[in-house]
Amino acid sequence: MAARTLFDKIWDSHVVERLEDGTAILYIDRHLVHEVTSPQAFEGLRISGRRLRRPDATIAVVDHNVPTSDRTLPIEEPESRNQIETLERNVREFGVPYFPLLSERQGIVHVVGPEQGISLPGMTIVCGDSHTSTHGAMGALAFGIGTSEVEHVMATQTLLQKPALNMKVVVEGTLGAGVTAKDVMLAIIGTIGTAGGTGYVIEFAGSTIRGLDMAGRMTICNMSIEAGARAGLVAPDETTFEYVRGRPFAPQGEAFEQAVAYWKTLVGDEDAQYDKIVELRAEDIPPVLTWGTSPETVIPVSGTVPDPAAETDGAKRAQLQRMLDYMGLEAGQKIAGVPVDVVFIGSCTNSRIEDLRSAAAIVAGRHVAAGVRAMVVPGSGIVKAQAEREGLDRVFLDAGFEWREAGCSMCLGMNPDRLTPGQRCASTSNRNFEGRQGPGGRTHLLSPAMAAAAAVTGHLTDVRELI
Amino acid sequence: MDKFTVLTAIAAPLPEANIDTDKIIPARFLKTTKRSGLGVHAFDGMRYNQDGSEKPDFVLNREPYRKAGILITHDNLGCGSSREHAPWALLDFGISCVIAPSFADIFFNNCFKNGILPIRLPREICDALMDDARLGANGRLTVDLERQVVVRPDGEEIAFEIDPLRKRLLLEGLDDIGQTLQHAGAISTFEAARARHQPWQPRIVID
Repeated sequence: MAARTLFDKIWDSHVVERLEDGTAILYIDRHLVHEVTSPQAFEGLRISGRRLRRPDATIAVVDHNVPTSDRTLPIEEPESRNQIETLERNVREFGVPYFPLLSERQGIVHVVGPEQGISLPGMTIVCGDSHTSTHGAMGALAFGIGTSEVEHVMATQTLLQKPALNMKVVVEGTLGAGVTAKDVMLAIIGTIGTAGGTGYVIEFAGSTIRGLDMAGRMTICNMSIEAGARAGLVAPDETTFEYVRGRPFAPQGEAFEQAVAYWKTLVGDEDAQYDKIVELRAEDIPPVLTWGTSPETVIPVSGTVPDPAAETDGAKRAQLQRMLDYMGLEAGQKIAGVPVDVVFIGSCTNSRIEDLRSAAAIVAGRHVAAGVRAMVVPGSGIVKAQAEREGLDRVFLDAGFEWREAGCSMCLGMNPDRLTPGQRCASTSNRNFEGRQGPGGRTHLLSPAMAAAAAVTGHLTDVRELI
Repeated sequence: MDKFTVLTAIAAPLPEANIDTDKIIPARFLKTTKRSGLGVHAFDGMRYNQDGSEKPDFVLNREPYRKAGILITHDNLGCGSSREHAPWALLDFGISCVIAPSFADIFFNNCFKNGILPIRLPREICDALMDDARLGANGRLTVDLERQVVVRPDGEEIAFEIDPLRKRLLLEGLDDIGQTLQHAGAISTFEAARARHQPWQPRIVID
């Protein structure tokens, strides 16, 4: 057999049947369900009289709409409440395993899956959410799907898919002080662009990636979609196996050892061919952030906002100017020192315990700057409880941060956590699109440490000055 | 799903790259549990002022583009979120064909599932079609899926590519779940083999 990449191996092991034009019926091991993209799919099953084929391969959780304030109070927004109640009716009717709002295991679906051992190496994992790419950090093929495909997986436990192209992004070397997985991924997106990965699955490799903990790998794979790739992958290794060991839904005991023996085969063959290879040096990556309204508008924190006049393509020049106007920035302006109104630490990109520790290390002994609203939204109830055991909640609260309940929150503002028009936010989330965090809101994407630095100084800041 | 065969319609030019699905339908409109009714919110941020009044310059607020059935843009249309609410909003507005030099993968997929035909054409051809579209009602385009051509107002035909399977499903307005369930036996066989070879694969059961 020809040499195969990691993606090829996972793909091949899940092909049920190949159809006439190369489309495969691809078997799906895990289907993660949340309240926003599932109601129309459940309704479709009901209308067509179809059953949910594998409830025991499905898990549901509420995350996008949920309030992050006091959970014992009723949910105020009627449409959000309706969507959550609809999911609860659907999981009862179709027998779907479910972590309800008041469970400690509730949280952002892409934090919960790995944390519970539901997402495992070698699996195919889908969810009606583009950041499903996160689970690729486990060495799984994980990608986002639309609601029609959600219904397709519910009814058939498969998807009709064509194989993707293979891209390898290799990062070698040692990260400098204050530089995190988020900076690495933003640097990659800045390099290949938001369409650079379209049609590809990206395998992240190299000593820098190997050296990352699972949280860091999840941050990297999470934002594969911001590089245009539906899925990102990291080959499973000892770091992965140790992470999985003992998780509630992972194989236990002898079964775990059998699983590891299989998972160890999940590496690309040495002479496997990639359609595209991108290489970066860790030493070349400083702390970075975005200045505009596309995740590819990445600049070093020591850098300046670009000048549209330097762009030769007229349409692109107009778009850059529109971004500048929307963001309330001037061409050539130094990005460090721009004042912020809000700091958001959370989202499926950066809300794990490691992220909170990284932010807390900067915040400790300091105070949120006057006039800044700063909030921490842990990725799950489990992350929140762990942080509280470590005293991180006190560090944040004493510094003037809000310490909230788990959910997607201000990453996309479906719940009451929203920016108001013109507000500028230093955010650890994944998208800086116009209006993403609330109509008229201005988003700068950065790492948890950089967000913490902005919170305590009141402006975009090079975190290295605070280490 | 409606069949897609031949569409003759007003085309709206929107010469921007990276139009993301948050732009097509912002997250605050995703709270519906239905597929219909999202057209009024399509392109909300580009289409309306903060007080809810229309932005008169936005193409879909101008005649005759309020009745556009085709949308033409620049690269990477539909990037970002996987929300199928984006094609639902377009369809509810009346748009059932989108033409661009390139598309984001998930959005591209989602279009087909809803009877929307996404067509990839080179940037210079998209620009030429936008020039046609600027003629308004005099610049109607015809999209013939069977023959795989876009017909310009002057009669010139531009060929486009499409997967044979996707073409057939669109032409017949077929639900692909029904199509896949014809292979239910193969799925069961695969499942049983997997359970034999990897008995350690856990099931999700909550007590």
